[in-house]
Amino acid sequence: MSTEANIHHTDHHDDHGHHHHKETFITKYIFSQDHKMISKQYLITGLFMGVIGIAMSILFRLQLAWPDKQFTIYEIFLGKWGAEGIMDPNVYLALVTIHGTIMVFFVLTAGLSGTFSNLLIPLQIGARDMASGFLNMISYWLFFLSSIIMVLSLFVEAGPAAAGWTIYPPLSALPQAMPGSGAGMTLWLVSMAIFIASSLLGSLNYIVTVINLRTKGMSMTRLPLTIWAFFVTAIIGVVSFPVLFSAALMLIMDRSFGTSFFLSDIYIAGEVLHNQGGSPVLFEHLFWFLGHPEVYIVLLPALGITSEVIATNARKPIFGYRAMVASILAIAFLSTIVWGHHMFVSGMNPFLGSVFTFTTLLIAIPSAVKAFNYITTLWKGNLQLNPGMLFSIGLVSTFISGGLTGIILGDSALDINVHDTYFVVAHFHLVMGISALYGLFAGVYHWFPKMFGRMMNKNLGYIHFWVTVIGAYGIFFPMHFIGMAGLPRRYYTNTAFPYFDDLANINVVITIFAIITAAVQLVFLYNFLYSIFYGKKATQNPWKSNTLEWTTPVEHLHGNWPGAIPHVYRWSYDYSKLNKEGDDYVIPGQDFIPQTVPVQDNEEEMNH
Amino acid sequence: MTGFLVLAVLVLFAVAIWQMNKIFQLSRVKAGDDSQIANDKDNRLNGKLMLWFMVFFYVFLIYGFWTWSSVLLPDAASEHGKDIDQLMLISMAVIMFVLVITQFLLHYFAFKYHGRKGQRAVFFADNDKLEFVWTIIPVIVLAALIIYGLFTWTDIMNIDEDDDPLIIELYAKQFTWEARYAGEDNILGDANVRFIEGINTVGIDASDPDASDDVVARELHLPVGRKVLFKMRSQDVLHSAYMPHFRAQMNTVPGMVTQFAFTPTITTEEMRNSEEMINKVGNINEIRNAKNVDLAAQGEEPLETYEFDYLLLCNKICGASHYNMQMKIIVETQEEFDAWMAEQTTFSETLNP
Repeated sequence: MSTEANIHHTDHHDDHGHHHHKETFITKYIFSQDHKMISKQYLITGLFMGVIGIAMSILFRLQLAWPDKQFTIYEIFLGKWGAEGIMDPNVYLALVTIHGTIMVFFVLTAGLSGTFSNLLIPLQIGARDMASGFLNMISYWLFFLSSIIMVLSLFVEAGPAAAGWTIYPPLSALPQAMPGSGAGMTLWLVSMAIFIASSLLGSLNYIVTVINLRTKGMSMTRLPLTIWAFFVTAIIGVVSFPVLFSAALMLIMDRSFGTSFFLSDIYIAGEVLHNQGGSPVLFEHLFWFLGHPEVYIVLLPALGITSEVIATNARKPIFGYRAMVASILAIAFLSTIVWGHHMFVSGMNPFLGSVFTFTTLLIAIPSAVKAFNYITTLWKGNLQLNPGMLFSIGLVSTFISGGLTGIILGDSALDINVHDTYFVVAHFHLVMGISALYGLFAGVYHWFPKMFGRMMNKNLGYIHFWVTVIGAYGIFFPMHFIGMAGLPRRYYTNTAFPYFDDLANINVVITIFAIITAAVQLVFLYNFLYSIFYGKKATQNPWKSNTLEWTTPVEHLHGNWPGAIPHVYRWSYDYSKLNKEGDDYVIPGQDFIPQTVPVQDNEEEMNH
Repeated sequence: MTGFLVLAVLVLFAVAIWQMNKIFQLSRVKAGDDSQIANDKDNRLNGKLMLWFMVFFYVFLIYGFWTWSSVLLPDAASEHGKDIDQLMLISMAVIMFVLVITQFLLHYFAFKYHGRKGQRAVFFADNDKLEFVWTIIPVIVLAALIIYGLFTWTDIMNIDEDDDPLIIELYAKQFTWEARYAGEDNILGDANVRFIEGINTVGIDASDPDASDDVVARELHLPVGRKVLFKMRSQDVLHSAYMPHFRAQMNTVPGMVTQFAFTPTITTEEMRNSEEMINKVGNINEIRNAKNVDLAAQGEEPLETYEFDYLLLCNKICGASHYNMQMKIIVETQEEFDAWMAEQTTFSETLNP
């Protein structure tokens, strides 16, 4: 009893527009319009940027743990800003800024959503490719261009952007305020503007593809949760990224053309600037109107991936499919009306603070539902603890731990005293950084066979997981304490305050965990690169999964399915479903029913 | 230390490479199952590790609270701060309760239901009652927290000027703070960056009669028990006036005046003599003394002995010296405050010495 049995007797109404033409090296590997190749390009670019971002974090963690020590490594990597092994305060700020930018946008937005939306949307909905392969290609190359510009900005004479990844003006607008706000900031803005264009092209493509190109029988309620997550993520992106673009545009105007959108009453470097009437608070509103949904742009795809990986490996349907979809929609809607919780103490009207507290704590409800549903999915499962599954369980763990502290930060009264301290850093790294990274890893381990036709080494995967999962808590759990001790973030050193001297050893603990955790990512990189070339050849459906991507052949071909596009007869979560008598699975001896299998006589029909 | 660190990293790398090698060897020898898909043995091992991880998680949690509670901020030194601490305690209790239970369920299930050959998973796709229960419980708990939080927030932020608060302007610039007291009339004179000139560093409008008795100071003295209303300005970039001991924080924004008010309840003297602070300061000085041994060996100047003072820190990234933008706060009795104030020079005296 196999999956292919039902593929071939479908009608051939929609696959004649497809014909093979000769592929050159350039059209196949570089300017490819094939979604599978583009997804690999996204992944590899994202991982490359991730290496830079994580390496930066190790540099500034060294500085935080041993501020009075000299490290030659600074001189090697930072050149004149690390002369004699002493880190320059400006470059410290540049490191945290670019670390944040790279990790949030280049790794977790493009690397995660870009990779898996591209790979899975056509494959899981039963489409030959994206709605527009050409736009998809442009989207990747704009992303590539913005990555190049961001990396180039590191080599600017006065240093890269250093005003924090939130680039609040006036600090980011005035080169007099810090050297990084000169050419470095200009390149940052140009890079992000291109990134936004890339993201919008990608998102529009995803939305159109999901709406229009689903195969016959693939109703919205039969979509795997991955697709729901990518679909809704794309919608949030389309709603919020243009607002960041407008903010960036106005900031460029303020910087270069003398406008006063965000600047007013400024006396700097011995002179009064002409700017009058602008407001930095306006920038904060615009920035966070993207900035907060961005958290969910990062997180929802990870949650979608987790849903799919957990269900497959638990050999159980995801618990409460409709509640999960409703939660995704609720989170998406609420995510666009909570941005003010980043601004409780910005000088914004306190009444607005009340409103944002209310909406923010509401978002905890769908999040809680999701967490409970994941846990219930594990209950009485037959858990196949593959590396992807472990990372998914890890994600649920950090999503809970990090999410819970959001109840404190989202409460305006409590936020007053922990705002901008390490408590915040701990919170968002766990709930969006680490969780989304786990989602990325889960996705890579799970869909590696689909992407590269080979398996990753599971034992290296286990080492990678267990060291990472201990290391990540080792880094971020102690951070809550130094935050509650009142230690502000973005301090180059804490030695200017003897009051914080007793936090120094906690900072050492954090840094040691950070170094170990970063080192074990090399195991992942090794496993990843090695397996691309020498990994064990994959079978067609290694995880015994129901979704459509596993009905395509291992060898990639343009158009995904050699024959007709398969039709879909059920949802994607019929794992371990028993027949009416209850003495065996619906398909005897096989605990999964691929979506391409029609409803059998001996099974009960569900509402999907 | 550097040497040690480099060594530690090298050792770790070596161990990692050795382990990787070993695993490859092992996986090659057992040619029977090299599918790279978890088998029963992997499931059992990783299931157990899930349990061990849970133990690690709880031990780490307990260890953290046990050893690091001493570094946390002391009791709030302001009236509203007590409410915040109370709310924090309740929220923390709720969070810890949920955290402990959910992490247990998650990891225990991962252990208990690890895959075995022949084990059948239960087809359990929906249960409206269950889902209703765990939707409604967070709704109720969060509603309570929201209502409590909003009352606290409104109390803090709605400033009643009829209380006759002491009005002080906090003035931020890269990378220092200045405080401007409103003087006898308790009214701040007009100010704007365009008036900055010479000794008039905060840009007071000299033509405004309210400004003549204003007092600009580099230390922030506050009388205990009287409400203080801070009016905040910045002359260059965003800063944030963070006074952690008073549970107070507000950004300073160029082009606008922001405000925050609180009533200090514990004088600096009382705080220094509280048991908690004596322990903390003792601990800090021990650390500093240990460092001094190293410094002496290198022939450098020793660190001063630390004595507690309330702090005003900058908590919004503002440039290279952001990490050292601070001002000392001294909370004292009304008499001490009056005596200090009498020594200060008013703005008009500064202009016409």
